Formats: sequence, structure tokens, C-alpha cells
Amino acid sequence: RTLDRELGNMDTDETLPLSQRSEWSDVVPLTQDDGPNPVVPIAYKDEFRETMDYFRAIYSSDERSPRALRLTEETLRLNSGNYTVWHFRRLVLEALNHDLYQELEFIESIAEDNSKNYQLWHHRRWVAEKLGPDVAGRELEFTRRVLSLDAKHYHAWSHRQWALRALGGWEDELDYCHELLEADVFNNSAWNQRYYVITRSPSSGGVEAMRESEVSYTIKAILTNPANESSWLYLKALYKDNKELWISDPSVSSVCLNVLSRTDCFHGFALSTLLDLLCEGLSPTNEHIDSVRALATEEPDTNLANLVCTILGRVDPIRANYWAWRKSKITVAAM
Amino acid sequence: MSTEETERGPRRTNPESPPNYNFSSRSKLMSSTSSSQLVADKHVRYILMAEKKESLESVVMDHLRMNGAYWGLTTLDLLDKLGTVPEDEVLSWVMTCQHESGGFAGNTGHDPHILYTLSAVQILALFDKISILDVGKVSSYVAGLQNEDGSFSGDIWGEIDTRFSYIAICCLSILKCLDKINVEKAVAYIVSCKNLDGGFGCTPGAESHAGQIFCCVGALAITGSLHHVDKDLLGWWLCERQVKTGGLNGRPEKLPDVCYSWWVLSSLIMIDRVHWIDKAKLVKFILDCQDLDNGGISDRPDDAVDIFHTYFGVAGLSLLEYPGVKTIDPAYALPVDVINRILFTR
Repeated sequence: RTLDRELGNMDTDETLPLSQRSEWSDVVPLTQDDGPNPVVPIAYKDEFRETMDYFRAIYSSDERSPRALRLTEETLRLNSGNYTVWHFRRLVLEALNHDLYQELEFIESIAEDNSKNYQLWHHRRWVAEKLGPDVAGRELEFTRRVLSLDAKHYHAWSHRQWALRALGGWEDELDYCHELLEADVFNNSAWNQRYYVITRSPSSGGVEAMRESEVSYTIKAILTNPANESSWLYLKALYKDNKELWISDPSVSSVCLNVLSRTDCFHGFALSTLLDLLCEGLSPTNEHIDSVRALATEEPDTNLANLVCTILGRVDPIRANYWAWRKSKITVAAM
Repeated sequence: MSTEETERGPRRTNPESPPNYNFSSRSKLMSSTSSSQLVADKHVRYILMAEKKESLESVVMDHLRMNGAYWGLTTLDLLDKLGTVPEDEVLSWVMTCQHESGGFAGNTGHDPHILYTLSAVQILALFDKISILDVGKVSSYVAGLQNEDGSFSGDIWGEIDTRFSYIAICCLSILKCLDKINVEKAVAYIVSCKNLDGGFGCTPGAESHAGQIFCCVGALAITGSLHHVDKDLLGWWLCERQVKTGGLNGRPEKLPDVCYSWWVLSSLIMIDRVHWIDKAKLVKFILDCQDLDNGGISDRPDDAVDIFHTYFGVAGLSLLEYPGVKTIDPAYALPVDVINRILFTR
């Protein structure tokens, strides 16, 4: 409930319908004009209808008063997706020079019911931008709370990235990503955030400087669960500008071999990574050849990349067409 | 176009279904039609009836009624039933949503926004009534939302998102006013949102997401800039969205949702890689998301239906060439005959 609610006051008692509150007796509510024969008539619940009628009245008369502010709050609690109400609320906040720290709390209370709407997050950004670097910590805290309920919340991640860029606070971000990945190593958003930090943090040396430690981190993650698309993609991303290094780095090759030799997990990503390496020019060792052949139920192909594609078509059948296409692209050079 | 989620209703339950239910046998208990068919007539009826119901969903949809109308009307057209709607009333309501700035609001009395401006233009396109617009005014509103770096804001309040890049480009293309924006910069901004997995996010560095990917690929397709896309890499990421049940998710390790049948599929088609998914399994997934009794399609089997998912389910089936559904253009998200009419006249 709103922080500035005046309890027990008949004028503003929010348990009464608006039409019965003396505070609003001077206002004529404006009903929605759907036209003579509405094509797609929308049926409303009474409370919602009445609240919207009063909102339309103050919006139409452009009343930027304390009661208007309270009314936007009531309206938003009924429907936090209503972008026109958020817009008008901003105009009222500015006109009243309202305490924006209180506004942060208001947004948090709305977010408790439903944080999956663009309007709420845009409003939050508008407020935080006005308050500046002082609220850097608070924005990280808020997004952390939302992410603790839904660790892949797209709006929260978008806001968090904005907050880091605009307000700062990068120092603990990699640790935070680690925290999330410990809880769920499959969290693609957290992997994306790691990349965000190493490439965009002002204090990061970039991918080059971070490569060794990040590769080591990622390999540990891969080994805890090799069926993880995100960790394998991240590993590859670390070598984006250096394919030579990717092929020659023994730790990349060995994590593939390690996974392929296991009997307790999905081999698809290890196989597709090995396929990519072969196609980039990796010369397979006997170890590579043996571990792939051990997985083959088919006639062993002298072309290792071919054989890998065949196996993939079997272990990942829903993408059989893709693996057939990969096979067709293998040049004689990739043995 | 909106990727907003609306309030979910309670899951539909059938007390007769055994704990490990098989969906198609459950639906046989409920109705004589199996879920292996598209119950088109029921969906048409659902759309025409939907917003007359007293429901929290219709209340919550009020401010984005323009999007809802686009979803409903396009679905009707795809099922060749656009004629069941009174055209004059739709058009006059749409025009009441236009602001003096030229932009359209989500409903009468709301503020203008690029989201609803596109939906309004698309609705007019369906009825072949773009001519009733002051094209200069609408296009100026949209063009005016482009920023220095090439990105687009949703409205005067300045939210930036690659969704708006797509919307602006799609809208101006339909109105034949693409030259009103700096296309080169618009493309450059979109490319700056490209990630190493080949996908795109809402802003530079944001996680790749199928909805954002559709927007970026669509915008690049319309502006003839698909060479910026690594089609093999992105195609792989997109076909990885297909899970065992045949449905598509929007990001790694997320649940499948019928709306991704549109965003992932249209993206794959635009980059010529749609043969990399198992189409038959996806068709089955979409059909399993139908409410066979009352019509409408939900995000995944057994959930409550809504207009949003009904549109995306039918649009997805169109892309999969399901019989009885008109062909839809993957970039403009309108029936191909509507787009041809626009692009090949004047």
C-alpha cells in the first residue's frame, strides 16, 4: 500500500470507490468512448472502469496535483502496463518536485506484483538517471532482488547493464555472475554478463587480458555439466579474434577429449566443438580419433569430421538436417 | 509488435486425465477432434468473442488494444475471415487513436508510441486503406524518433530498444518513406547489438533473445542489409532453440513457447536456414497448444489461451505452410498478398 496514504480519512480513503470519496467530488469522470458499435468491445471490471474514468478526467484537464499522483498510483496498481499513466505520473512527479527516492520504493512495490513489463523498467531508469551515481548500489541491489526470483529476467538484466554503464559499480560483477552460475550453471544470462564485464568494464583489460582465467573458469563449468550450450559458446567466444590460439590451445582440445571419454553425459556439444576445431584446421591426434570412434555405432569413416557429423545426426536427431549440411561442407583438408 | 507478457489464467485442468497424461488422448476425452488438426473456425470465433468477455485479461489489454487488434485481425486474414469484421468501425476506431504528432496510441485517449503506430499502419494495410492516412505526418512522427547513434526511441520518453529499430523500418517501408531516416546509421546501430553467438539483443551487449533477433534480422532484411548477419552461425543458434517436445524457446535453457514459433521461424526463413529445424515436430507442438473446445492458442500445452499466442501460433503454422492458412511475409508480419499489394503498386 502507498506510503503516503492517510489512514481512516474519508476524503482519501482508498477502500471507497472514487465516486464516493469527497476528495474527488469536484471531478467529472470521463467515460471511454468506444464509438457507436465498438468492433472489439472490451468489458471492464467496475473498479477498473471507474478508476480509469477518473484518470481520464485529470489527464484531460492536465491536473498535476498530489491527488493526481495518488490516483496514478491506484491506477498502476490495477494495471501496471498502462504506459499513459506512467507518462502522466512522470509529469506530475516533475511538477510537484516529488521525492524520487520515495519513487524508487513505489516502483519496487509495483514490481513485487508484476515485474515483467517494459513501462516499469523504463520508469525506473528515468528516476535512477535523475538521481545519478548515488543510486548505483541501489540499482544493483534492486536488480539482484528481482534476479533472485527469476535469474534470467530480461528486463532486469537490461537495467543492470544500463546501471553499470551509467552509474558504475563494476567491481563485484564477475563475482555476482559466479554466484548465479554456482546456483545454475545453465544460466545463459549470467554467461552473457560475464562477457559484458570483460569486454566493457573500464577496469577490465579486455578479452586478451582475461582469457587465461576465463578459459580456466569455463572449463571447470563445462566439466560440471557438459550438456550446457552456454558454457561451450562462452569458451569459443573467448577466442573470437584468435582462431589460431583456439585450435592450438591444449586446454580446449583436452576438455573435448575429457567429455568424450565420459559415459555419463551428453556428448553433443563436445562433438560439435571438436567439429568446429577440425574445420578450422585442427590436426586430430590418435587420441581424438580413438575417442570419436569409441562413440560411433556406424561404419568408421576415415574422415574424422565426417564421422563426427554422422554421430551428431544420431545423438541430436532433431537437428539432423543441420548435421547433414555440416557434413556436406567438410572439405578434404579437414581430416 | 510487442513481446509483453499478459496475465496468465489458471491452467486448464481435466480431472479425468491420468498423472502422466498423453496430450492427444486427453483431448479426445474432451472433444471428438484430435489435436492433429488446426481448429480454424474455433479460433475465428474465439477472436471475435474474446474481448467481449468480462475478464482481467481484457482489462489489462486496454492500453495495448491496437496491438491486440493487429494480432486478431491478421489472424483472421490468415484464415481468410477478415470479411467477418466491420471494416468501417475498425478504421474509424483506429483513426481516433491518432495523435496530433502523427503517432498512434494503444487506444483512444492514450499517448502515442511507435509500437501502436506500426500496428495501426499494419491494420490499415490489411484493409488496403493506407490511403486514408496523412502519410507525411505519420512518417515524420516515426522518423523523428531516430537518435544520433542510429537507434530509435519508443516515444518522447526516450526508451531505446532494437524492437523500435524494426518497428520504425517496417513502418516506414510500408509507407514508402524509408528515405526519411538515416538508414545507414540505423543499420550500424543494429549491427552494434550483434553478439558472438550470432544473435542480437535489445541494446549493445544485451543477451541474444529470439524476439530481439527477429526484430534485428527483419530490419536488416527490409533494408537489404542481411550481409551483416552470419547466417550459418545464427542459423545454428536458432535451430538450437528447438527442444525435444518440438517447441521452440527464446534463449538457451528456457521453456518452449508458441510465440517463438514466429520469432525463431521467421528469422530462420529470412536467412534461408529453416530446414535446420524439425518442422513436423513444431507443427505438432503448435497444434497441441490449441484449446480444441473454445478456440485460441496458448504459450504451451494446457495453459490459458490469449490473442497474442493465437496470432503467433497461426502465423507460425503459416510459415510452416500448413494447409488452409494464407502465406505470411516473415519480415513484415503481414499476409504476402497484402505486402505485394503495397510494394508493387504506385
